[in-house]
Parts: sequence; structure tokens; C-alpha cells
Amino acid sequence: MTLEPERYELREAPAYDFPLDRREFFKTLGGGLLIVALISPSDAQESGRRGGAGGLGAPKEIAAWIHVGEDGVITANTGKVEVGQNIRTSLSQAVAEELRIPVSSVRLVMGDTALTPYDMGTFGSLTTPQMAPQIHKASAAARQALIALAAKQWSADPATLTASDGRVIAPGGRSIGYGELTKGRKLVETVDGAGIAAPKDWKVCGQSIPKVDGRAFVTGAHQYVSDLHPAGMLFGKVLRPAGYGGKLASFDGSKAAAMPGVKVVRDGDFAGVTAPSQEAAERALEALKAEWKVDPQPSDRELFGYLKENASESRPSTLEGAVDQALAEAPVKLRRTYEIAYIAHTPLEPRAAVAEWSDGKLTAWIGTQRPFGVRSELAEAFHLPEDRIRVIMPDTGSGYGGKHTGEAAIEAARLAREAGQPVKVVWTRAEEFTWAYARPAGVIEIASGATKEGAIVAWDFHNYNSGAAGIDSLYTIPNQRVQFHPTKSPLRQGSYRALASTANHFARESHIDELAHEVGLDPLEFRLKNLSNPRLRAVFEAAANKFSWNKRKPTAGHGFGIAGGFEKAGYIAMAVEIAIERGQVRVVRVVSAFDCGAVVNPVHLNSQVEGAVVMGLGGALFEALKFENGRVTNASLSEYQVPRFSDTPELETVLIDRKDQPSVGAGECPIVGLAPAIANAIYSATGQRLRSMPLVPNGLPKVVSQR
Amino acid sequence: MAFEILVNGASHRVETDPETSLLSVLRNQLGLTGSKYGCGEGQCGACAVLIDGRAVRSCITPVKHAAGRHVTTIEGLARNGKLHPVQQGFLDADALQCGYCTPGMVMSAVALLAKDPHPTDAAIRRGMEGNVCRCGTYPRIVAAVRMASKGAAR
Ligand code: FES
Ligand code: FES
Repeated sequence: MTLEPERYELREAPAYDFPLDRREFFKTLGGGLLIVALISPSDAQESGRRGGAGGLGAPKEIAAWIHVGEDGVITANTGKVEVGQNIRTSLSQAVAEELRIPVSSVRLVMGDTALTPYDMGTFGSLTTPQMAPQIHKASAAARQALIALAAKQWSADPATLTASDGRVIAPGGRSIGYGELTKGRKLVETVDGAGIAAPKDWKVCGQSIPKVDGRAFVTGAHQYVSDLHPAGMLFGKVLRPAGYGGKLASFDGSKAAAMPGVKVVRDGDFAGVTAPSQEAAERALEALKAEWKVDPQPSDRELFGYLKENASESRPSTLEGAVDQALAEAPVKLRRTYEIAYIAHTPLEPRAAVAEWSDGKLTAWIGTQRPFGVRSELAEAFHLPEDRIRVIMPDTGSGYGGKHTGEAAIEAARLAREAGQPVKVVWTRAEEFTWAYARPAGVIEIASGATKEGAIVAWDFHNYNSGAAGIDSLYTIPNQRVQFHPTKSPLRQGSYRALASTANHFARESHIDELAHEVGLDPLEFRLKNLSNPRLRAVFEAAANKFSWNKRKPTAGHGFGIAGGFEKAGYIAMAVEIAIERGQVRVVRVVSAFDCGAVVNPVHLNSQVEGAVVMGLGGALFEALKFENGRVTNASLSEYQVPRFSDTPELETVLIDRKDQPSVGAGECPIVGLAPAIANAIYSATGQRLRSMPLVPNGLPKVVSQR
Repeated sequence: MAFEILVNGASHRVETDPETSLLSVLRNQLGLTGSKYGCGEGQCGACAVLIDGRAVRSCITPVKHAAGRHVTTIEGLARNGKLHPVQQGFLDADALQCGYCTPGMVMSAVALLAKDPHPTDAAIRRGMEGNVCRCGTYPRIVAAVRMASKGAAR
């Protein structure tokens, strides 16, 4: 028998001693068949896995496991979490596909540090390209093992047996249920990766399976973290500083402490209260007297200058040809600056956590995209070994890259330790706007050169602060310098759906449009002329076709724009129609063409694309955090508007189902093309080139038409 | 102060400050956590419930306003395990991603259809404008309400 890399890893890795864990596994799972999918060493390196064992003391090399119980119940365990991207459904489809069972009979255990394998976190659109194949592998191996068991029992040739609907079936019609096959056994196998269904043969994957537990959501039965209420639970509130980095200069909690049932905690710059009711906790918080020392900080009006002035040393990530010479000699030259404001994720469920201590062990329920990361944060904050901490993540009210951290869990745990009872902390909307992290703001400078015929010959691209995601272009340009300049950020900043790719695409695809107009070419034609990547060309052509880009001209007051790009291994192009109505920009229609490999669930993919477009509308048109002296000054939903029904254009999506390509994640890529497509459409309608995101926070700026 | 409120057909006595929000009473005292907190300022609709059939934002409704009146929450819509047509519409149209906005959306839609049983898409969008879905599921939510209005007509 040949040794597959995974199996080799299992036998050889010195840190790995699976038989010891086996009892642990089965103690929780009951008897049956357990199939473990291991991460290949290269994957492990890529995803930067380090330290931190998974649940049940399982080693970190485990990606996922599938358990076929004696009762026939099939459970898949993964450290990934559900935040509305519907991976609970798509991963269940993977199990069902390979094990030949209905989707409804799959139980998926997700994101619980005591029950699931270690996982870095649910971000970067990695579930579909990395976790789904592991689940496929483990499930396929489980099916093979079940067939082998049946073959042995019947003394039959396994090749003659098939699996269907939870049973192994022999040619004559004789059959046996999966559960019966595993009865009285404790079998453990690692996957050998053979026999995974190819996308072209998919029966369950590739189908629009509705959200697996949808009923719990439409009836209000699903319990989000903010809905939990363990016995004896208290409500916690945390005193917030007067500004970022505030130091608690003086504190008097005596008035609050005198209130019935209230406990006051002060520990360094942390202060908070617990009380038996939410209202009592709010009143106690108000009764705290504190003075904060806050250093002066820049405001949003000084933002872009500040980012450039504080840039630190860096080096180009791409340097090809002779950029300066090519820029100097190009017959058509353009130099432009683009700006991107800070925006807030505004997940509809604000950060929330419940923490409970018992016998020096801490359990925290929190809505986070990184349960194992939060466990590390808690270990650090409380100087505890990780095996004394359990982090549980119930399916959460969205994240969009905004819930990578565990602030609420740390706060609840600190308060709970004092109170000696479980404590829940739910951030208010204002806290969410002020104390969560923002999508980075940025300044992007581009200098470019082209020939009169429309070939781009020089490209000099500098991004200050936004980040490096999506900074490289797929255009074929002989002379290029691309550089990210880290700098100081006035606001706390972090991950966001598609990261900096939105900013970089906004600048790049706006600039490409400007260049097209400089050389007098149609923006689509200009792009295709400078693009050789077949998949990106294909989405541009698909979007343009569906939109009838070349067949129609915008009517008066309307404009067309196109833009596209590449992110997280997916390709997106968008054609957009906008209308100017009483000085306001209305997005009328968005046609997206998207290629993310083989499509796993068309309806949910559609939802992800539409969701990304709707979310993108806010950042493109009007969302921006305002701030001054370390405080956000528009920290409410009435002042910080997010897209609503009335903002939603007609949305059409062309899904390019590439059965010949691996499936990749879809939550992020579609957001990147929207802002530049809208900016380009505004130019087409008005002759005004807007280079700052959000484009029209107060309607169309009153400028004399440049056209 | 003590209040008598009728929630989903059952009468409850709650002991609280009259200004306490109805949302807090439902969630924290009655354990009806289907209604959600999204903003606390009447801007997102996650907390929508019905009082005497009309949709209100329970986060900015003091509990005293609900005293002696019929409150319906998401938990009270299904009858004997059979989903309300709007709930069914949301499932059929797959109109949820993270689902956090869903209870409020469903309650707003129920109130909308009570007033206008066969709304146009434009009327649905207008009627639901006060509800935010951050996951951007708006087109499917419109489809869900449309399906519910058709289903109810059958
Ligand atoms: S929570 Fe009531 S409207 Fe947002
Ligand atoms: S489904 Fe997530 S907020 Fe609507």
C-alpha cells in the first residue's frame, strides 16, 4: 500500500500521538467510525498555523473529522464558523455528496474550541477552497470504509457494492444501514483522499440547497450570543474612555456600588459594572465618575495629509522594467490621486459575549470569526493556559471581517470573575461604531503612461495605509512599480470584506477609465486591449454582453460604467448604470459576471454576490466614519447610513460555472468592482471625475461640467 | 411598577420601570429573544413587533405603551407548528444570510401585508424601508414578501 502524504504525516510527526486522543474522541462522540482529515504540510504552512491544539486535545494538524455513529447519525466537525455566508449549508452539501445521504441528516459542529479541530479563523474566503475539499475527502473516505465493512461482513467484492441514502447496497438489493455497520466498533481512519466526486458529477453540491437550519431563523428560535441567558447571569457594561488610548486619571465608583445588586470593577484602565438587569447595569454605568486623559488626535478633515506625512519606509512589491524612463517618454501621461475613507462593518448583531468561570476554567460564548484566536487572547489577558479556556461560537449575526477579535469576551470574563456569576456584555450600536475596528482609510497615487494607440506602457502605483491586498494588476504592462506604504492610522483599523482590494481596485479601475478617455478608446475596448488573462477577459465580456454595453447609449442624465478585477482567486466584472436625479446619484442597474470556479450552491452564491454589491454600495456612495480627537462623531445609524431597500438597484448576476476549476470563496471578490464602476458611470453621465470614496456622501458635488 | 401585557396570546405581569423598552422586557424578562437589538434608536427594524397588529420598533417603545394591548412577536407567528406564510416565503426565497434581521423583516412584512395584501415590488420596498439587512439580502426579501402575498391569496 502506498503512503499518502497525510498518512505519512500521521505516522511520522513526533508531536502527534493519535491513539491517546482516541478515547477522548469517542468519549464525546460515542462508538462508530471516525474519519480524520489531516492538513497537508504545505497547507499548514500557507495558513500560518501555529501552536494551540484543537478540541478534545486533538493535534493541530487535523483539519476536520467525520463521525458515523452507531445510531447512524453523521457528524462533521470543523473549526470554521457560520456568520451568514451559509457555509453550514455548503459544507453539509459536501458531506451529503460523498456519503450519499440527504443534506438534512448531516450534523455540523462548528467553531467550538472544545469540540472542533483547531482553525485559524473564518476569513480570506478560505472555507470553500481549503475546508470543503477536506470535508469531501473525509466523507468520501468514510463511504469507502463503510463499503469495506459491508464487503467484509458479506464476503463480497467491495467494487460491486454501492452506497445510497445512508445504506450500503449489494447488487441483489441486499442492504445495511451505516449505523448498523459501525455498531459496537470504535474505528479510526485517516483519509486517503481517493474517490472524491468531480464537480461535473456532483449531485448535491452544485444545487441550490436552502439554508439548512433556516426554520430556526425565521421562527426566532436560533440563539445568537446576545440571546443567551445562562442561569444566574448578570448584565455587564464597560466604561469607555473619552477618546482612543484614554488613560483613567481618576475614578469614583462608590455611587454605583451602592445600588442594589451592582458590582463595580476597576482594574487599571478597565472599569465596568455588573447588575441583575440591563437597565440597572446602564444606570450603574451612568453613576460612575471618571476623568480620562486623552492625547490630542487628528480629525477626519486632516486624514489624508496625515496618512501621507506619517508613512514609514517600505519597498516596492513589484518592480519591472524602467518605470521612470517609460513614464517620461510615454506620449500619453496621467497622474492622479485617489482617497478612501474609513468605514465601519456595522454588523447588525453588535459584538456580544457571555463568560462563565467555574473551578478556574473559563467558558466564553462569543460571535467571532476566530474562536481559537479569541481563546489565545483570553489566555493572554488572564494568564491562563489555553486548555482551561473554551470558546464557543453560535452562528452569528454577521461579521464581514469585522469580528476577528474577542473584546467582548475579555470584558465579560473580567466582569464575571469579579461577580462570581456568568456575565453578558452586548455592545451598543454606538460602542460598535466607536470601539470596533474600521476598514483602513487610504491615499493612492498613480502615475501612468500609454501609447497613442492605447497600450499601457508605464504604471507607478503607491498605496498609503489601505493595505496590499489586490494591489497588483492583471493588466499587461512592461514597466511597473507597485508599492504599499504603511503609515500611522488615527483610528483602530483591521480586516474587512476583501480588505484593501476594494481601495486598490477603486483607484486602479478609475484610473484605467481615465486613461481610456485620454487615448480616446471605449473603456471596455481599452481594458481588453491591455488584458491577456482569459478568465478576467471572460467576465468582462460576459458582463458587457448581458448589459448590452456596445448596443446601447445612456439616455440624458444616465451614465454607464464598467470595472473589474481579481481577488481571492475569483474574477469579477461589473457593468453599472446610474441616474442623476435632483443632484443625487441613483444606481439603477448592476450586472455582475463572476467566476469563482465550480459553483457549489447557486442560490447562496447569488446571495453572496448580491450581498457584496449591496454592501459595496454604502462604501462607494456614502459611508464614512467621521472623527475628532479620538472619538467617532457619527456613531449612530441615523448619522452613519447603510444601504437600504431604496438604495438597491436592479441586480443581475452571471455566474460562470467553471466545472474544470476548483471552487473558491465568494464572499469577498464581488465587492471590489462596484465603486470604480459607479465612479466611471458618474463620469459618463456628468463629465465629473470623482476620486474620493465615498463618492457622493452629500449628493453630486456642484462643479461646472468638465465635458 | 407592574404591567399586564398580552404577548402572543398569553398574559404576563411584569414588574419594571414604565420607561423600560418593550424590547428589553420581551428579551430579558419574558425570554422572547427572537426580537433583536440592532441599534436601539429606531433605525434598523431588527426589534420590530406588532402591537394590536401594527408594526412598532420595540427598542424605542416604552413598555407602558404596550400595557393591556396585544403584542405579537416572531415567536407567536407560527400556528401549531405551521409557519406563517411570510415565514414560509422567507424560507422559500432563501431570503436570509446571517438571519439576524430576519425576525424584524418578517414582522414588518406581516404588518405590511395586513394593510396591503397584494403590494407591488415598489410598495414592498417602500414599506420595508425602515428595516436594514447588512448582509444585503434585499432582492430576495422582496421576493419572499411577494411569494407570501401570492401564497396568502391562494
Ligand atoms: S433595534 Fe430597534 S430599530 Fe434598531
Ligand atoms: S441576513 Fe444578515 S442582516 Fe439580514
